[in-house]
Amino acid sequence: MSLAHEMAFASPHITAYAVEATEFPDLARRYRVNGVPKTVVDGGEAEVEILGAVPQDEFIEQALQLPSKSS
Amino acid sequence: MALISPADQERLRESFAELERPVRLLFFTQTLDCETCPHTRQILDELPALSDRITIEEVNFVLDADRARAYGIDRVPAVAVAYEDAGSIKDSRIRFLGAPAGYEFISLVQAILLVGGSESILSADNRARVTAVAQPIRIQVFTTPS
Repeated sequence: MSLAHEMAFASPHITAYAVEATEFPDLARRYRVNGVPKTVVDGGEAEVEILGAVPQDEFIEQALQLPSKSS
Repeated sequence: MALISPADQERLRESFAELERPVRLLFFTQTLDCETCPHTRQILDELPALSDRITIEEVNFVLDADRARAYGIDRVPAVAVAYEDAGSIKDSRIRFLGAPAGYEFISLVQAILLVGGSESILSADNRARVTAVAQPIRIQVFTTPS
């Protein structure tokens, strides 16, 4: 979680939510959460999913592939 | 009864002693139809006792819907992490949906330390990539308490 939070704190365009999946089954269903942690990065038009805990470089790379592709 | 053990309270007190600025947790809650709101309040209520730089502000999700919308909160319980900077309240854009128990509690402590001024774990390269983001992005990290 801390990486997503770090990203939000570093950029005025990023908001990061830690979602307790068992409390919100509707969200868990909508984003097909079968295991945790699961990260869903939503840039408006497209979504990127990151499964499990991954190293920082990989996490940032995957999370930010979305805006660079759509721009 | 305290949810945090005396030993953990002591460790947290030491960590929070390094907070360089006041951190405010906006707790979005409602009276009815929110099973985990009381538990969330119980958890949050333990924090101000561990540092005079941590305050909790309760926001009624129903009566103060505008504020919830402004913070992008569409369900409760929710916590938005804010901080005081130069006399005004700033939003860190860090949110918690659901009771911050178990692993989420550790995340909450890390978020408090981060916005309170502790050093970022982002490498210089990654920080540059993140600050270059020019469009709105929402990141949701799904977790469970254990």
